[in-house]
Amino acid sequence: MTRATTRDRGGNMTDPQAPQGELHSIPALLARNVARFGQRPAYREKEFGIWQSWTWAQAAEEIRALALGLLALGLKPGDYVAIIGRNRPAHYWGMIAAQMCGAIPVPLYQDAVAEEMAYVLGHCGARFVLCGDQEQVDKVLEVEETVTGIDQIIYTDKRGMRKYDHSRMNALSDVQSEGRAAAQRLAPELDARIAALDYDSTCVMLYTSGTTGKPKGVVLSNRNIIETSKNTAEFDHLTHREEIVAYLPMAWVGDFIFSVGQAIWSGFTVNCPEGAHTMMTDMREIGPTYFFAPPRVFEGQLTTVMIRMEDAGRFKRWLFNRFMNVARRVGPDLLDGKPVGFADRMSYGLGKLFVYGPLKNTLGFSRIRVGYTAGEAIGPEIFDFYRSLGINLKQLYGQTEASVFITQQPDGQVRSDTVGVPSPGVEVKIAENGEVFYRSPGTFVEYLNNPDSTASTKDPEGWVATGDAGFFEEATGHLRIIDRAKDVGKMADGSMFAPKYVENKLKFYANILEAVVLGNGRDYCTAMINIDLNAVGNWAERNNIAYASYQELAGHPQVYATIRDHVEAVNRSVAEDPMLAGCQIHRFLVLHKELDPDDGEMTRTRKVRRAVINEKFADLVDALYDGSGSIYTETEVTYEDGRKGQIKATLQIADVQVFGDAGQQKVAAE
Amino acid sequence: MNQLATEEGYVTADGRQIGGTLMEMKNITLRFGGVVAIKDISFDIRQGEIRAIIGPNGAGKSSMLNVISGFYVPQEGEVWFKGYRRGPMKPYEVARLGIARTFQNIALFDGMSVLDNIMTGRLNRMKAGFLSQALWWGAAEREEIANREQVEKIIDFLEIQNIRKTPVGRLPYGLKKRVELARALAAEPQLLLLDEPMAGMNVEEKEDMSRFILDVNDEFGTTIALIEHDMGVVMDLSDRVVVMDYGRKIGDGTPDEVRNNQEVIDAYLGVSHD
Repeated sequence: MTRATTRDRGGNMTDPQAPQGELHSIPALLARNVARFGQRPAYREKEFGIWQSWTWAQAAEEIRALALGLLALGLKPGDYVAIIGRNRPAHYWGMIAAQMCGAIPVPLYQDAVAEEMAYVLGHCGARFVLCGDQEQVDKVLEVEETVTGIDQIIYTDKRGMRKYDHSRMNALSDVQSEGRAAAQRLAPELDARIAALDYDSTCVMLYTSGTTGKPKGVVLSNRNIIETSKNTAEFDHLTHREEIVAYLPMAWVGDFIFSVGQAIWSGFTVNCPEGAHTMMTDMREIGPTYFFAPPRVFEGQLTTVMIRMEDAGRFKRWLFNRFMNVARRVGPDLLDGKPVGFADRMSYGLGKLFVYGPLKNTLGFSRIRVGYTAGEAIGPEIFDFYRSLGINLKQLYGQTEASVFITQQPDGQVRSDTVGVPSPGVEVKIAENGEVFYRSPGTFVEYLNNPDSTASTKDPEGWVATGDAGFFEEATGHLRIIDRAKDVGKMADGSMFAPKYVENKLKFYANILEAVVLGNGRDYCTAMINIDLNAVGNWAERNNIAYASYQELAGHPQVYATIRDHVEAVNRSVAEDPMLAGCQIHRFLVLHKELDPDDGEMTRTRKVRRAVINEKFADLVDALYDGSGSIYTETEVTYEDGRKGQIKATLQIADVQVFGDAGQQKVAAE
Repeated sequence: MNQLATEEGYVTADGRQIGGTLMEMKNITLRFGGVVAIKDISFDIRQGEIRAIIGPNGAGKSSMLNVISGFYVPQEGEVWFKGYRRGPMKPYEVARLGIARTFQNIALFDGMSVLDNIMTGRLNRMKAGFLSQALWWGAAEREEIANREQVEKIIDFLEIQNIRKTPVGRLPYGLKKRVELARALAAEPQLLLLDEPMAGMNVEEKEDMSRFILDVNDEFGTTIALIEHDMGVVMDLSDRVVVMDYGRKIGDGTPDEVRNNQEVIDAYLGVSHD
């Protein structure tokens, strides 16, 4: 993949020309941004109902004060600083300030329970912890019963903190004041530490979500982050004029690359919402030009739109359907710059006026220039919906160990079933067994304190195993991912078993939130399904179906009938692919509870943990295969405050029709 | 009884300093025709404390709260607030004195947004004239901005940013209660009266509400008097408790003292009459 590196879209400041030798760390880039974009907004946060903003110059002052304060508290080079909180400028500043002191920032998932937090804090031996609020402080104090070595706790939000023991606990603003007061004394030390940072210093450490086993600490150097940010910012022509909304978990590598790496490389503005619940409103107010979201966010938005359209008046519904048909037909072609007839252009123009424009505005996508989705496969209907509105939504494929980017889709070559071509600077190869390997400047340094895992993942030449099976399409050179390599198995008759492939097809239905397909080493495939409470609940309301709980709705015969239709449709589509025809689902059940990270059934990034599910729901798995029509089960659940409870339920098991012959007998639905 | 409270105040179990008397009720008797709702009750509310009034149904708790708020004028007895004896008052006069309340059956403006509802809590502090308010010019504009800032702090404090613009009528019950608390807080009261703040809530909502009540007391130093049915909540939250039964005061003291008071146990668990 070659492409011109200098494209001038946003004036002469788009392509940073400063000599490379001086820009080998995030603090160095910060200083460059102050010199170059000093009075432009760097961070915004909505607080007290108003967007508060900080220019690069102001942000740099805040960060420096915080770094000085951390020095005053005794932060040493090589210390680990954990950051636990929602997306706030102060927390991004905390990460950069830690780097200035030669320490290593470790952002954690704020919704993690104390137990999970204990493992991570103990594993890296964090000495400083920056907490968002009282809730996080409480968790850290709980963790301290088992983990030693936490020296200082700093908190952003002062609320409710008055009664705590403050001997080694400080408010972030107080740490900054301390830092400002001690500037004279500590500035030489801080400057020396900043100067000591080079391309190979650790930039950040991020814990993988861990679909199997304990999380691993991925060490990423300045080289990894800065090279990747630079290459990918050029790929999409990002400039200092971009606006992004930072709302994804700070512990996730994507947020670090977008809100720290690319933001500081390109000098664009990071906007932090008021809170998780105000995200949609805040996004509409900001109108980001560059946006990233996992498929479930796009799915969720589409579901909301569809639900609202179903409740809308007849005329509005007609208008919506009429113009969405036009959009579906010609929208993607217009976006890709392909020729479109005059009449269609006119209809699309009208649609833009009446439907697409207002809809994009409602979704906060009015100004979007580049949008990405990744993490999971996205349904073709969902993908096309956004593209037909004129939103340049693309896919990328990546992982923490690669500093996100492995492949991504160039403008004009976007399809829902591929993940694009290798990102600039990345080499990709496919092993004999179909596993995807890559090598890039973003390739991680190591797993912390885990040389065995490092060695088994990254070979001496720097090739990293992704654990995903895939292949390059010959015609286009785009990569297609089939499934996790270790999840791809064989059925009892030797045919290929690719659960994710089928699960994704199931999840494309709005009524299905999550699906787990079983069948490795078995005679036939079965599935456990989670309904989407929003979609199914709305359907129930419109059809006067009363239900008192999630469990009752999930077990409703009419819900089963709907889900059975979906499963049959999926079977029909799976049957078309001779290689995977054996993966059709013969029996399924609808689970009585939502799979939840708090119960360990999913990772914090909402990926299904198959081993846990197989073990925890062993009785259900048995019932799916022993032919019984229903099963009584008791399941332990964990509430948000850590208490445990029990759910009891009798689940129905439904049979489904399968299609094609391919060595299978037709099983009719009873 | 009530040995803790001296003239100078006292220190609570969790180490908070409670000040001198903010409000004192002296020998209050309230009658509705022939019915005696409150019979010769005296107690005080001190600066910075959380004071609960409990009792079985029909004990006269809500009547007591209405006497405190000045809505009912007792036939006998004296009400002293901030060192002055209080006569019959209009509701706005009570509000100006620094007393705000929430209601057992939510009394919000359903058609108005959360923000507007809370803004009404600050009406007392808006002095601009009719004309300048209508034109939203000069003093009116400055005033509204200053008041809005205060309201936004309360919205942030009670974590209701996401419903700022939502009409109150569309909110679930638990959130309405929180909005009502926000409106009461907007008046920056010295004494906050809560009439059954947890009634009809589930466990999680009760926990949230308890945390907000404690935080209000802690952050703003607001004195709080509350009526509540949920004994667990009352005993956890309050510094001192008045227990009423059939219009009489049968107990007064710290939660522990009250819990061990034989008369209180009898009133709550019943006494056998054989």
